[in-house]
Amino acid sequence: MTNPTGFLTIERRDRTYRPAKERVHDYQDVVAPLPDAEVRRQAERCMDCGVPFCHSGCPVNNLIPEWNDLVSRDDWRNALDRLHKTNNFPEFTGRVCPAPCEAACTLNIDDNPVTIKTVECEIIDRGFSEGWVKPRMAPHGTGKRIAVVGSGPAGLACAQQLARMGHAPTVFEKADRIGGLLRYGIPDFKLDKSLIDRRIAQMEAEGVIFRPNMHVGVDVSIDRILDDYHLVVLAGGAEQPRDLPVQGRELSGIHFAMEYLTLSNRRVAGLPEQGEPILATGKHVIVIGGGDTGSDCIGTANRQGAASVTQLEIMPQPPMRENKALSWPLWPLKLRTSSSHEEGVEREFAVLTTEFAGKDGQVTALKCARAEFVDGPDGRKVIQPVSASEFELKADLVLFAMGFTGPRQDGAVASAAVELSPQGNVKAATDDYRTSRDRVFACGDMRRGQSLVVWAIREGRECAAAVGAWLQAEPKQPEAALVR
Amino acid sequence: MTTPPVKQGLYDPANERDSCGMGFVVHVKNERSNALIQQGLQILINLDHRGARGADPKLGDGCGCLIQIPDALFRAWAEEQRVTLPSPGDYAVAMCFLPREEGAREVAKERFERFVRIEGQLLVGWRDVPTNPEGLADAAIKQMPVVAQAVVARGPNVKDQDAFERKLLAIRKQTQNPLADLAEKKDLPRLADFYIPSFSSRTLVYKGMVLSDQLGTFYKDLTNPLVTSALVMVHQRFSTNTFPSWKLAHPYRFICHNGEINTVRGNVNWMNARRRTLESPLLGADLDKMWPLIPHGQSDTASLDNALELLIAGGYPLAHAMMLLVPEAWAGNAQMDPKRRAFYEYYAALMEPWDGPAAIAFTDGRQIGATLDRNGLRPARFCVTDDNLVIMASESGVLPIPEEKIVRKWRLQPGKMLLIDLEQGRIVDDAEVKSSLAEAAPYGDWLRDTQFNLKDLPAAAEPKTVADDDLRLLQKAFGYTEEDMKYFLAPMAEGGDDPIGSMGTDTPVAVLSDKPRLLYDYFKQNFAQVTNPPIDPIRESLVMSLVSMIGPRPNLLGHHAGTHKRLEVSQPILSNQDLEKIRSIEETLDGAFKTVTLDATWPKGGDAQALEAAVKRLCWEATEAVLADVNVLIVSDRGTSDNRIPIPMALATGAVHHHLIRQGLRMQTGLVVETGEAREVHHMCVLAGYGAEAINPWLAFDTIGALAGGDSARAEAGKEKYVKALGKGILKVMSKMGISTYQSYCGAQIFDSIGLGEQLVDTYFTGTSASIDGVGLSEIAEETARRHRSAFAVESTLLDSGGMWAQRVTGEAHAWTFDSIANLQHAVRGAIPEKYRAFAAEINEQSRRKLTLRGMLEFRTTADPISIEEVEPATAIVKRFVTGAMSFGSISREAHTTLAIAMNRIGGKSNTGEGGEEPDRFRELSNGDLMRSAIKQVASGRFGVTAEYLINSDEIQIKIAQGAKPGEGGQLPGHKVDRNIAAVRHSTPGVGLISPPPHHDIYSIEDLAQLIFDLRHVNPAARISVKLVSETGVGTVAAGVAKCTADHITISGYEGGTGASPLTSLLHAGLPWEIGLAETQQTLVLNDLRGRVTLQADGGLRTGRDVAIAAILGADEFGFATAPLIAAGCIMMRKCHLNTCPVGIATQDPVLRARFTGAPEHVINYFFFVAEELREIMASLGVRTLDEMIGHVELLRFVDPADHWKAKGVDLDKLLYQPKRDGPRCSENWPRREVEAPIDDQLIALLEQGPAFVEEPIGNVDRAVGARLSGEIAKRYGHAGLPDGTLRATLTGTAGQSFGAFLSRGVTLELVGDANDYAGKGLAGGTLIARPPEDAPREAGDNIIVGNTCLYGAIAGEAYFSGVAGERFAVRNSGATAVVEGAGDHCCEYMTGGTIVVLGHVGRNFAAGMSGGTAYVWDPEGRFMSCISDGAQIALDPVEDDGDLQALVQRHFELTGSKRAEALLADWRTVRKQFVQVMPHEYRRALAELEAEGTAIAAE
Repeated sequence: MTNPTGFLTIERRDRTYRPAKERVHDYQDVVAPLPDAEVRRQAERCMDCGVPFCHSGCPVNNLIPEWNDLVSRDDWRNALDRLHKTNNFPEFTGRVCPAPCEAACTLNIDDNPVTIKTVECEIIDRGFSEGWVKPRMAPHGTGKRIAVVGSGPAGLACAQQLARMGHAPTVFEKADRIGGLLRYGIPDFKLDKSLIDRRIAQMEAEGVIFRPNMHVGVDVSIDRILDDYHLVVLAGGAEQPRDLPVQGRELSGIHFAMEYLTLSNRRVAGLPEQGEPILATGKHVIVIGGGDTGSDCIGTANRQGAASVTQLEIMPQPPMRENKALSWPLWPLKLRTSSSHEEGVEREFAVLTTEFAGKDGQVTALKCARAEFVDGPDGRKVIQPVSASEFELKADLVLFAMGFTGPRQDGAVASAAVELSPQGNVKAATDDYRTSRDRVFACGDMRRGQSLVVWAIREGRECAAAVGAWLQAEPKQPEAALVR
Repeated sequence: MTTPPVKQGLYDPANERDSCGMGFVVHVKNERSNALIQQGLQILINLDHRGARGADPKLGDGCGCLIQIPDALFRAWAEEQRVTLPSPGDYAVAMCFLPREEGAREVAKERFERFVRIEGQLLVGWRDVPTNPEGLADAAIKQMPVVAQAVVARGPNVKDQDAFERKLLAIRKQTQNPLADLAEKKDLPRLADFYIPSFSSRTLVYKGMVLSDQLGTFYKDLTNPLVTSALVMVHQRFSTNTFPSWKLAHPYRFICHNGEINTVRGNVNWMNARRRTLESPLLGADLDKMWPLIPHGQSDTASLDNALELLIAGGYPLAHAMMLLVPEAWAGNAQMDPKRRAFYEYYAALMEPWDGPAAIAFTDGRQIGATLDRNGLRPARFCVTDDNLVIMASESGVLPIPEEKIVRKWRLQPGKMLLIDLEQGRIVDDAEVKSSLAEAAPYGDWLRDTQFNLKDLPAAAEPKTVADDDLRLLQKAFGYTEEDMKYFLAPMAEGGDDPIGSMGTDTPVAVLSDKPRLLYDYFKQNFAQVTNPPIDPIRESLVMSLVSMIGPRPNLLGHHAGTHKRLEVSQPILSNQDLEKIRSIEETLDGAFKTVTLDATWPKGGDAQALEAAVKRLCWEATEAVLADVNVLIVSDRGTSDNRIPIPMALATGAVHHHLIRQGLRMQTGLVVETGEAREVHHMCVLAGYGAEAINPWLAFDTIGALAGGDSARAEAGKEKYVKALGKGILKVMSKMGISTYQSYCGAQIFDSIGLGEQLVDTYFTGTSASIDGVGLSEIAEETARRHRSAFAVESTLLDSGGMWAQRVTGEAHAWTFDSIANLQHAVRGAIPEKYRAFAAEINEQSRRKLTLRGMLEFRTTADPISIEEVEPATAIVKRFVTGAMSFGSISREAHTTLAIAMNRIGGKSNTGEGGEEPDRFRELSNGDLMRSAIKQVASGRFGVTAEYLINSDEIQIKIAQGAKPGEGGQLPGHKVDRNIAAVRHSTPGVGLISPPPHHDIYSIEDLAQLIFDLRHVNPAARISVKLVSETGVGTVAAGVAKCTADHITISGYEGGTGASPLTSLLHAGLPWEIGLAETQQTLVLNDLRGRVTLQADGGLRTGRDVAIAAILGADEFGFATAPLIAAGCIMMRKCHLNTCPVGIATQDPVLRARFTGAPEHVINYFFFVAEELREIMASLGVRTLDEMIGHVELLRFVDPADHWKAKGVDLDKLLYQPKRDGPRCSENWPRREVEAPIDDQLIALLEQGPAFVEEPIGNVDRAVGARLSGEIAKRYGHAGLPDGTLRATLTGTAGQSFGAFLSRGVTLELVGDANDYAGKGLAGGTLIARPPEDAPREAGDNIIVGNTCLYGAIAGEAYFSGVAGERFAVRNSGATAVVEGAGDHCCEYMTGGTIVVLGHVGRNFAAGMSGGTAYVWDPEGRFMSCISDGAQIALDPVEDDGDLQALVQRHFELTGSKRAEALLADWRTVRKQFVQVMPHEYRRALAELEAEGTAIAAE
């Protein structure tokens, strides 16, 4: 610790957003970086806790106090090494992670956590700009070929770790470009796609082979892959969106958020349109679902020039401020306002959508009611409409952002014929990441269900370690299989 | 019981300690009489309170006396027996304790007679010694041997009496040494009982398991007028156990001893290592018959006696031999005569000091004397009468001698010797004895010619440096972590200090850890508690020394040589350059030394067998080298590479050291280690403890070099500071055990091993105590190989984070984690039982994951559990809960009062910690809450310990040690001492406060009894508790504490501890409470003492399960510290020592204190949750009350961790051992002993009557006079006390210890005579006067009037002593004013306030650690300067304004009639210039600041 009383004498200062009026006209990063001298000062606020709650609260267990200390000493180079020790892609998490670390920070007991995410982002951005991020070739190859299905953060982290152990991973991706949700799910104004490209370049140099446009289970079966590879890691997403099957669902103008966001991202990337465009321009847009995907839809719709944007959330409005005595260091339930919210949206809470109304097959309005929670027959809370609370909302475009129920059951999952969990995820435990099928491993959202990028990275890394250990422990098995 | 118990469960008789009172009376002119013997017996009776009694009040710990051979008695016997007795000096008497069983007795006698015959001496006959066992305790009678004396005449083959004595030794050794084996072989177990208390032609010992007043009646000889002697040496024993043993009574053949030899393990090892180098022209072939010179399993005194008799037999004069064994502190003593220093330095290479607190009386029948350890840690007072008697004893006043006959009263001073030569008929003083010996040989010349200091040798070749690329790999191979860099190496290289941390440790012991741990982690440092004191290595640096001798040691008995080459280093850490000097020393010193480097690595891929082979190879190479005349071995792991794994250096060192000892070759070579592994202080200490004479931590140096980032000046400075930090740290670790020299620490094995397999310990760390079994070579091999593998694995080149200290997910496991803290806090704040259950489940699950020893214990749940309603209610259970000692000062008032209120509400107890308590907390609040802590702690600093503080308690806890840093003191820096803290501690704001490592009134077990006696007098209603820390042998200490009449004993685990502590101690000292508690329970049950005391476990208790296990292992009560703090908001920042606690607990910063959100309800909720969880367990075990559960180890079972790669060898069955005794297993509310205080009672009766005056005689058995009165005054009138002059008592005679302790304002005690130790302890406003009677034929100013450690922790009041005081006068004085006419060493040590006037000489180390107050010393000869402590932060000035001083001297004169004061006042104008005023810088600055503040306030 360079400054034991830094937390008392230095005020928290974080990155700010560019002005909403300005940023809403482009797809550039909404965040304005902090001067690095200020980042250094902010790192001095870290108290190097005996129990660093941030470090445990972080899914990849970033060594936050260690790199905070190094940054405060202006030792960015070593800070980068310590950051990379636990996190393959801090440039992603430094931008899109909700930062449970900051919620858990000891200074968050009174709302002034260390700006951990900003420090993280600055370390890695600097690492790239200084040219410190270089391919790290394994000194020896093992000759083990491993197929990684899915190129989202889990698949990428897994593949990079495997490559660095000397194995030879190939990443299969059904889309035309690598990155999964990072590529087509998150808008550019939150994650610029060039960040992905430079990482991929590094990974290719490290020996990772990428196979886009290969839909495993469709273009090639798992069995076929297992002929050529020592093993397979299923690292796909939880892509099955939650639907709202009420009357009028079939009307046009009602889409899953991911369809909308993917098209938008392709357009921003200058890629050819695929199918019918979905555009919010001049429309009254209703986003159903109050999470991050919903926010991404709002931001995109505003950038496309929507006439109005309304967000509906079934749950009641959470408190503005959490009760720290009972919540810290956990992730608290409280009202969160994203940059997209700031750009213009009506937020409605405790709202049930009961029906979509339309005209000429095109949605025109939502019929809604206020929702309340009552005790159900089994003692669990159930949602029901408040009587006589019905109202209507005008709608030209309705986007479902109510989360995902699990991985798609076709494609790789079907082809692998692995056992599923009751929730419909691929069943595998986190100590070995092995599925019910020999030589098939699984990690990421496909295994755990929808989650954060940072969890995907963690699973990818852990799975790679499990694969490495398995290969070391049972070296003969794959060879025997290959002879076939 | 018929025999003393053998090793069983965790109890090991080897841990027993004893201490005592001793004395002698001698007629200087060698006039023998029986009257003198009666006087000796009288001394014993008057020292009775220094001994102890066990469960049976008739059973003492034994006593005895040594006299000259009473020729008349044996002549009469010879006549009667019709045998011929040679003339005196030509026959010897063997005092024999023969086996009671006839068969064994006959064999014993036959053996003895045979060796008499073989050695050419003549048996005259056996004399039955008349004894009278009437009045002895049953146990003593059952054990009583058949006492007989064998009379042996000098044979024709010995030329004189000295040669005769040597033969007698050879006979005794040959008779006794093989007895144990013989007993087994002949199947005569009682044969081993045969014991020879003395066998000499000059002296005779009568001793046994008798009370002091029984010795004379038991041995009828002693009252037989035919029995005369000109000297009597007596001893009263205080043992920590209650097992009768006739052998263990003192005196031994030459000595009796009060104190303890801390280094005895090493001393015995080294003595036995001399086998091949020892040769004596005098003993010749007889020497070989005497092995083992010191048999194992003896007491420290018996061992010392064996060493002494060897030296004497080898031709050393008695005094000379004592100087060798117990040298003065000579290194760095500028005041010492250079010849004497040369003498000591010369012998330093021959004999490692027998170090520890010791007052030793010794005699060979021709001379008698006494000597004191280098630090003067035991009292020894003597007086000389006008009719040629010298009386020396642990106390003054043990023989009633009319004052007018006493021509001199003095004391033994640290390291000094008193010798009476009966043949010359005179007293030989210390200077004469020592200078004559020092001048007997040209020691200085010899040293000049033979001794080389490494620093004077020319530089050798540049050492290898590690290439940058390899540095990281090597660091990883040796297990370096980021934490090592950040918390250890960098701070040491930058600050030059051993780093500090806080909040204890919550990680598993090494054997239970999933991580590969360094072998050092399996060793826990021992520390002194109760039976001996730790030392303050900073403030008392004058006794400390890091000097090490490398290389072969000369023949101990060939002392007339002076040709032996020796290599000295001023401290044991060698730089890389130093090591090269040693490596090439053969060329530098022309072959006087020859070195060889032994490779301590083993090949990659090997298993345990490969490691074992490598260790064997290493040992074999060592032997070969020594036999080839190599005399310095360098054991080195420099050969570490990707193909070679380093052997753990502790293993390599211990293996070579013990191997060479076993081969008798160890003394022929030096042992130096070159290691990349050792880096922390603890590592160095382990290596030193197992025989490394010097250590080169090469990789640590290279790492520090690299940390400097290419700045070579910074690198060099960093390395120097690192060495300095290690040196300080090693001194601290040594001093914890009370050891002051590296030479006696080296090889002394002052460690407990935890989790090392027995076989491993026996082979490589022979003699180390192994509390629980554990790993063997294969697990160690695996751990080492794992480190090596990870270093050369491909994934990451970065160092691991570590996580031992600050938690990391991939690092070492911790109990306090994100989840456990979050769940506990949410549970108590929201009163949510589910959250508590989640918390307890995690902690208890951690236990199963082997974070703790108790994790391997499992309840034996019963087939028919009871309903939870039948279990005693939680409200009853929580009354047994207490919160840990945390001082106001270390934690905020908010946090402190929150705990107190909570505990008072539920009927539990909170603890003040050290540092007093604000008096406003003694009164109830309007809402009925009470902020008073029920437990008042008395710690070594005695801050705020007033009579008022003591009386406002339900329990008074004497903190002997604390879990986080046992054996160490503490320090509160000046900036933390704000007005409030200063007020409650009775000190000055802004002035730093030091708590010394020892209680300066507890250097020994009988001292503890005295302090308990004092405190009980002040507050007879309070329980007296003693807090100990778990280590091997704590059970035995606890038994001793119980015998000191304590009501309550706390056994604290090493995990515990808040506040600041050096990381070295925090992580590496002490054992888990499970071990200490179980050992204590077993020992107390075995001693029939269990029912008398309440036992408390403390240190890392967190859940109901923990409580249940503690109860079953023997705890009646349960202490919690960290958990209730966490309930109140602590989040384990571990920044207590920085004052930056962000939740307002461990801080005094008002801004941070405002952040405190804890409430009593949180703490209460926590304790009730724990109690409810406990009740569920109790129900499942079918027990209704805790009393049914306590000590019932059958309720637990040990779960063998067979599945764990490392812990699989652990065996906790010893913890679950139940001694076969019927007595109670839990506390039985033993009635407290009524304490008598007739003088006090008389004064108390006068209390309400206004001014009163009494006159009474007083004796040394009247102890703590004034204490009970003061408690009573404080109860009625508070600290303010009575108006001055209300009560006055004039007492005539010698006052017992603690005269005027805690004396309240309004009382004056005037003593006509003298006082013993601790006069004016805790003086709280009263006035003490001591003066000699007017008719005393001696100068008051040249004679001693009060003993050691007077005015310790005094708070207010006045003292006037017309005479000289002993050592440590006014130590930790907070505010008393005193005048004295001379003082011993360490005067004004740690003083923080008050005024001391010394009208005479002071000893060395004046004002050490003095941070406040003023002293005036009259120094007409200008010698005072040389007495000032080296590190003292004080200003010496002439007295400018002498008005106050003159008034004090005037008052001294008026009150005592002091002739010296009178003379000074008569010539005041001259004299006043001869005074030196002493004032600490810090104090002066603080006073100025206060004054400025005061002015500022006034101006407003």
